[in-house]
Amino acid sequence: MSASQNLVLHPEVDASRTGAHFLLGDHACAEGALYAGCRFFAGYPITPATEISEHLAERLPELGGQFLQMEDEIASMAAILGASVAGAKSMTATSGPGFSLMMENLGLGYMMEVPTVVVNVQRGGPSTGLPTSVGQQDMMQARFGSHGDITMIALAPKSPQEAFDLTVHAFSIAERLRTPVLVMMDEVVAHMHERVVIPPPGEIPIHARPKPDVAPAKYRPYKPGPDLVPPMALAGDGFAVRFTGLTHDETGKAVTTYEAQRLLVPRLREKILRNRETYERTELYRTEDASTLVVAYGITARVARRAVDLARAKGQPVGLFRPATVWPFPEEKLRSLHHVRKVVVAEINLGQVLLEVERIVGRYAEAIHVGTAGGKVPSPEAIVEACE
Amino acid sequence: MRKEVRFAGFGGQGVILAAYILGRAVSVHTPMHATMTQSYGPESRGGACEADVVVSDQEIDTPEVDRPDILVLLSQEAATKNREDARTASLVLSDVDLVQLDDEAARKAISLPFTRTADALGKRIVANMVMLGALTRASAMVPREAMEAAVAESVKPGTRELNLKAFDAGTRL
Amino acid sequence: MTDEETPASAGGTISAEVTPAPNGDLAALELHPYDHLLRSEALPHIWCQGCGIGTALGALLHGFEHASVPVEKRVIVSGIGCSSRVVYYAKTDAYHTTHGRAIPFATGVKLTNPTLNVVVFAGDGDLFAIGGNHFMHAARRNMDLLVVCINNFNYGMTGGQGGPTTPEGALSTTTPYGNAERPFNLPEFAAAAGASYVARWTTLDVRRLQATFTEALARHGFRFVEVLAPCPVSFGKTNKIGTGAEEMEYYYALEILKSRIESTSHVGTEIVLHRPIVVGKFVDLERETFLDRYARVVAKAKE
Repeated sequence: MSASQNLVLHPEVDASRTGAHFLLGDHACAEGALYAGCRFFAGYPITPATEISEHLAERLPELGGQFLQMEDEIASMAAILGASVAGAKSMTATSGPGFSLMMENLGLGYMMEVPTVVVNVQRGGPSTGLPTSVGQQDMMQARFGSHGDITMIALAPKSPQEAFDLTVHAFSIAERLRTPVLVMMDEVVAHMHERVVIPPPGEIPIHARPKPDVAPAKYRPYKPGPDLVPPMALAGDGFAVRFTGLTHDETGKAVTTYEAQRLLVPRLREKILRNRETYERTELYRTEDASTLVVAYGITARVARRAVDLARAKGQPVGLFRPATVWPFPEEKLRSLHHVRKVVVAEINLGQVLLEVERIVGRYAEAIHVGTAGGKVPSPEAIVEACE
Repeated sequence: MRKEVRFAGFGGQGVILAAYILGRAVSVHTPMHATMTQSYGPESRGGACEADVVVSDQEIDTPEVDRPDILVLLSQEAATKNREDARTASLVLSDVDLVQLDDEAARKAISLPFTRTADALGKRIVANMVMLGALTRASAMVPREAMEAAVAESVKPGTRELNLKAFDAGTRL
Repeated sequence: MTDEETPASAGGTISAEVTPAPNGDLAALELHPYDHLLRSEALPHIWCQGCGIGTALGALLHGFEHASVPVEKRVIVSGIGCSSRVVYYAKTDAYHTTHGRAIPFATGVKLTNPTLNVVVFAGDGDLFAIGGNHFMHAARRNMDLLVVCINNFNYGMTGGQGGPTTPEGALSTTTPYGNAERPFNLPEFAAAAGASYVARWTTLDVRRLQATFTEALARHGFRFVEVLAPCPVSFGKTNKIGTGAEEMEYYYALEILKSRIESTSHVGTEIVLHRPIVVGKFVDLERETFLDRYARVVAKAKE
């Protein structure tokens, strides 16, 4: 056995970055991954996510971790799932075109119940679109992009600090619920520098993936616990696990019947929906007396905040609802503001999260969209105008 | 207080590093806030190079710079491109040997020998530090100590002394 | 389909120390030497009577045993297709992934825990059509994986469509007038891409397959074993070669050991219908693997 055979990926504790920094959003995201214990990254270069790869190419080997540039995004997504089943916290990062290529194996991760984190730095689309400019046009793809009935968790950071915080959070959720989690950044947040404070190691609590507490002979890889999450044995643990993307029973045996499907697919959805408290994060700003609400996420939420202040200065009762967790949408929290009569959804697309907001508030409030076609953040003035 | 600062020049002048140092000085060494953005894409390859920094005592809602309050011009091309902004900016700094300003901008611009001063120190590459020294003094926006700390943290240890010397020279121009 | 034979017994791979069971003696069947290596509750398997996949799986399990790979270190990763169903029967850590993506998935497994012995087991369409890009890059990296390709010259599970190894002129449901394309020559492809170990056998060559897997499992780097296997319901029948046993006769008549070929001969490793099929070991090199090289990256980064 060669020396390299002993290189097992243990997360070495890293305190080298504790403190305040002036960081690029992409780098903050990468540091968030490292803080959370990510020691395996596979990716393919693509603007505007490349800086995440470059940063981890430098940092992961320092920590004994694995950085691998794959032949494409399909391979990258497959590799991070493989790494995760062997015990690594793993991640990839990409942008629109690459995100499209990841869809099939994202679904595999969901069906196999493999924790991992996928970062999509949104640029302008469709297709190659605007590689170096901002977009929020992949939000519905995040939700429904992989075929079949999937329920994805997607977070949207508004700043480099949140790129760090929400990436840490994404790992915690992924491990806790045994599912892939998406970090839906945007090009502006990814490419801006801002203050990022990295706490000492261990200060942010991070969930661990549930481990089996039964003997290998009794272990069933898809037998859920009370929270609907099945404990996860790793490759090499001696459990002879069987994981599959086919419809399966609790043992991992492929059972391609309606009966098996009826048990499995709703359970995967319920696992996500019933554990909202583990991942749901929202921010409210000046909403107490608001009759008009702006809903915005990512970089657009910062512009919307300015719009709220501008509208308030004009005497209009406007507030901001910012879902940091965009999917599943914080439905109850939005509905708790049932005194609002108008909801302005601001996003860098032609109307995506709008559809969900309309569904939620449609009975008691009018929903209006303020968007751009990609390449530009809506202006505060346009949002104020829509609030009038 | 919100101040928008634009650094404009050409590749190789350390424009991005200068902007980073200002942002870092504010973010890490003062309680104020700063954002830095730069141009990406085909326009950022080769010739022109720009970086924007917003400095504020409040949280910054939008990092976008549309009307810079402070404009640092390090090439003729940059001066031409930012001509309108040079007229409205409250402070314009330019390299006297590299930039010819039109009359209106020239009246309020502070034109100083950044490159020549760096040459005198033996390394043209530290002209950006000379410029930062001059900017620190002229703008009185960020404490000198914060800037010096950021300079020291942002350059290779072996060149720290030279860079700080260049910064100091800039404050004396 | 058969429910009479396990893949291992189909391969005739009962080891010497066990007495073969009398026909129909269920109790004795439980003593099959590979019972503990199979998920007996998952049997019967889905493979057709005369299919070669079970034989290849039997030989691989033999290899695990004889190369002394600890049971908990055995990992099989597969893609989509008949061959990929081995993960349901072999009692190893087993991952049934997406079409063509077993190699990058296995790459993640191996790099995360290099103490594991990771095998990719898949078909010709999976590995060389949809997954061809991954194959060549894993070989280029000399990634520590054993890749087993069951080559039955067509897509068997979906009913016999043509694929990247279908011989020129051969019939399939998507080449009803004869295949207009030239097939990949898999040993040469693997060798050119950088594989450290390359061999080809047919499912007729059970003992050689066993020996090859035993050897390959103990090696490092990217190892590739092509197993030519009958597809009795599709390729064999459609191309008038016949069903399982007749396809085996076809191999028996045509296969020729690499070592027996005169160096001046024009016989190459390309597969042409009704022409000789060269089998044997083609590449066996000790080369630095990806893990060896990456260990140096880590050492340099930590300096």
